[in-house]
Amino acid sequence: MYHTPAWETVMGLEVHVELSTKTKIFCGCTTAFGGEPNTHCCPICIGMPGVLPSLNKAVVEYATKAGLALNCEITRYNKFDRKNYFYPDLPKAYQISQLYLPICRNGGVEIEAEGGGRKVIGIHEIHMEEDAGKLVHDPATNATMVDYNRCGVPLIEIVSEPDFRSANEVIRYLEKLKAILQYIGVSDCKMQEGSLRADINLSVRPAGSEAFGTRTEMKNMNSFKAIGRAIAGESARQIHLLEHGGAVTQETRRWDDDKNESFAMRSKEDAQDYKYFPEPDLIPIEISEEVIEQTRRSLPELPEAKRRRYVSELGLSEYDAEQITASKVLVALFEQNLAAGCPAKELANWIMGEVMHLLSESGKEPEDIPFDYGSLGALIGMVEKNEITRSTAKKVFKAVFEENCDPVEYVEQHNLKTVTDTGAVKTVIEEVIAANQKSVEEYKSGKEKALQYLIGQSMRALRGKADPQTVTAILKELLG
Amino acid sequence: MNLETMTALELGAAIRKGEISAVEAAQFSLRQIETYDSRFSCFVTVQDDILQRAEEVQKRISVGEYTSPLAGVPMGIKDNMCQKGVQTSCGSRMLANFKPTYTATAVEEIMQAGAVPLGKLNMDEFAMGSTSETSWFGATKNPWNAECVPGGSSGGSAAAVAAGECFYALGSDTGGSIRQPASFCGVTGIKPTYGSVSRFGLVAYASSLDQIGPLARDAADCAAVLGEIMKRDVKDNTSVATQGVNLDAVLHYDVKGKKIGIPTDFFGDGLDKDVAATVQTAARQLERMGATVEQFDMPIVKYAIPAYYIIAAAEASSNLSRYDGIKYGYRPEHVDDLLDLYTRSRSEGFGMEVKRRIMLGCFVLSSGYYDAYYRKALQAKALIKAAFDRAFERYDLILGPVAPTTALKIGENLADPLKMYLGDIYTVMINLAGLPAASVPCGFDRKGMPVGMQLIGSYFHETDILGAAHAYQQVTDWHKRRPAGLDNL
Repeated sequence: MYHTPAWETVMGLEVHVELSTKTKIFCGCTTAFGGEPNTHCCPICIGMPGVLPSLNKAVVEYATKAGLALNCEITRYNKFDRKNYFYPDLPKAYQISQLYLPICRNGGVEIEAEGGGRKVIGIHEIHMEEDAGKLVHDPATNATMVDYNRCGVPLIEIVSEPDFRSANEVIRYLEKLKAILQYIGVSDCKMQEGSLRADINLSVRPAGSEAFGTRTEMKNMNSFKAIGRAIAGESARQIHLLEHGGAVTQETRRWDDDKNESFAMRSKEDAQDYKYFPEPDLIPIEISEEVIEQTRRSLPELPEAKRRRYVSELGLSEYDAEQITASKVLVALFEQNLAAGCPAKELANWIMGEVMHLLSESGKEPEDIPFDYGSLGALIGMVEKNEITRSTAKKVFKAVFEENCDPVEYVEQHNLKTVTDTGAVKTVIEEVIAANQKSVEEYKSGKEKALQYLIGQSMRALRGKADPQTVTAILKELLG
Repeated sequence: MNLETMTALELGAAIRKGEISAVEAAQFSLRQIETYDSRFSCFVTVQDDILQRAEEVQKRISVGEYTSPLAGVPMGIKDNMCQKGVQTSCGSRMLANFKPTYTATAVEEIMQAGAVPLGKLNMDEFAMGSTSETSWFGATKNPWNAECVPGGSSGGSAAAVAAGECFYALGSDTGGSIRQPASFCGVTGIKPTYGSVSRFGLVAYASSLDQIGPLARDAADCAAVLGEIMKRDVKDNTSVATQGVNLDAVLHYDVKGKKIGIPTDFFGDGLDKDVAATVQTAARQLERMGATVEQFDMPIVKYAIPAYYIIAAAEASSNLSRYDGIKYGYRPEHVDDLLDLYTRSRSEGFGMEVKRRIMLGCFVLSSGYYDAYYRKALQAKALIKAAFDRAFERYDLILGPVAPTTALKIGENLADPLKMYLGDIYTVMINLAGLPAASVPCGFDRKGMPVGMQLIGSYFHETDILGAAHAYQQVTDWHKRRPAGLDNL
């Protein structure tokens, strides 16, 4: 636990998601991540004198999709506004955003609640805006330089209600958000590349209290784990303050994950006045009922619906269904092999077992699955048909995972097929019995352990290619 | 052939007929600039490739590639329109070293028509001012009296046409910046309907009000220029597809039976008697030509100045924030830190009037004041637009003065910004409403300074405005008068 039960932590999230449109929101430059500094720019995205923005319609489409997938109401009559502030990474010194008429409002996402059951996290609004560039500090020259590649990459900001009560809820919500946005193909949601960034508004209050405490806003967490640590750290800091007669200051804080603590950036008093006003360079955008309905119909089955279906129709456990549907890639792996005739539960066991195991062992995310999805099904198929044993299958899967080889060919090449000829098995076992007379004696005098040893020796002699049950049966028969 | 009195269309026709080459026309304009510009300071930059361009244009005219009636005609461009590789200073120290890598759409369109650009014309800094005195490069002078201002902010454009340094010019109009200098310098200028000429590449002052338009020797020339630049541009989200201007319809326009309304509120306190009398005489002239002229009340006019200065300053404060010393433009040599870099770049790079409007704009947008000022101003804007909509249900055109006075002496207004702002009373409401309006020479005051009348049309009715102006110019010669002393320098 990160705080005493006497206190309750209350949180709301502001999540920035970069949309994966091909081009930027107001010009034709690519949105590709990386690239040499200042090579993905043009006079428009770096705000040269006299240039004007042209709205990329795909951004409105993507934002509408996201809104519908997150159960929001879609604003029919949209406008952009200017948010004015000076910073070298913001070349126009204003960000084109939406303040007065955000594209989506009043949505929600269902998650597993802390302490069991399910709860809905409310989404207050989603608005469209442009991303800023990046400052790069060069220690060699002690100079700060600007890379404008990211300027004008389209963003949606998803503002939640203050509905979170624990770090787990926050992380589950973010995982779900990520899964939904990946499903509908509007973002790759890669935290490490900054295409999903979460700011956390956090306050604490005595358990049972209705009134909110004074909140702080925390920035700069770049992994789910860092978010967990930041929440623990900030809750503890606020509780410590309050328990020692202090008060929480409303301010923005920067989380330093290396130092495992947060630092004040600016207080409410010196908070900037962004002088928002309607963007005069862009005409209002109207989204028709037709387009909304069309978009709604085009949405794929979303994680929540899938999760329910996996449990009720396919008989998966709640846990497995939740885990698999949390990732678009795992769903693809699951559904492709399911469609090829793989039994659902067996498939789920493999994904939750071997796939997840090897992923975490190699430090990879599901997005990085290195093998052809069909290989997993082919492997399971061989087990189902008793062509290979389960233990052989695990070995083969390791090879598939590491080398992306074809499991059927691999089994052929390495001669791993289960020996089905009982005569041949019998011959090998007879040789094992002959070579291990001591153990045979022990077994006969009642030591069950000796049988296990003989089974092991037989399996080894058979190089794992026989079914252990068959081996056991033949051994028992031969030992009389 | 007298090039000094020729219109752009006449010169274009002569070039097409081979009576004069584009190169000879350019050489003439260069001589004019050499003779007069030291006296009037119209140009900030004179291009060094004029004759090459003229040769190129002549070739393309000869092979039939350029067929525009304006092909080969030398012209000037206000220094707030970007032209690739040519200094675009906006009359500011901030951009004194700025050469864009792109060209404004309107400039590109006029080049496509075979224009020969002579250079960039002086203006009030960032188009903020009504006198062209606030330019970092010094004041432009009025060719009718070099002790007077040419008006502004397109003062360089108006003066260059009046002095015969170019045959026409592109200007921009946010609150009267084409019409008022046109009136002060005795040339014809029109601000078309908002959205009809692309603003791409026009350095923004107030985005919801800025519009590019021509200043020329007569209404027909203006129509010809508009014919080339009124085009929908995908690079400007606020630009709209229009039918453009029909030059033929302008040339054959008959004002007979047209209804012209004159707002009584345009003739209230502060209007110079000579200006009032001159404009009323012009109205009677139009009446004699068969139009019906009638007065009506438009009390909403009194909100135009405050609404305009709030909206324009608000947008300007945001539009000019990008000039921060980071990427281009003015930056002091040594700075302590980021804040110092920002503060000194902007304090030293901008002039007084620009700073005044930035501060005013920041104030009206700041939290706690937005509703009291900016929102109110938007409401006033909507009411003004509605009042004009109602008026155009009854009238084909609305007529009034362009400015309350003729050109003032240099320095007279600079010390009193409020007085200068009040001089925009008849023009700013047109920008707030987004309507097209022209300034047409209609006489002189007792000091011999030109007076313009303002002809306002309904949305996209540029053909009506310029048609009526052309008809008027067929029976008057105010637009043909030339400043005394130009020839005997």
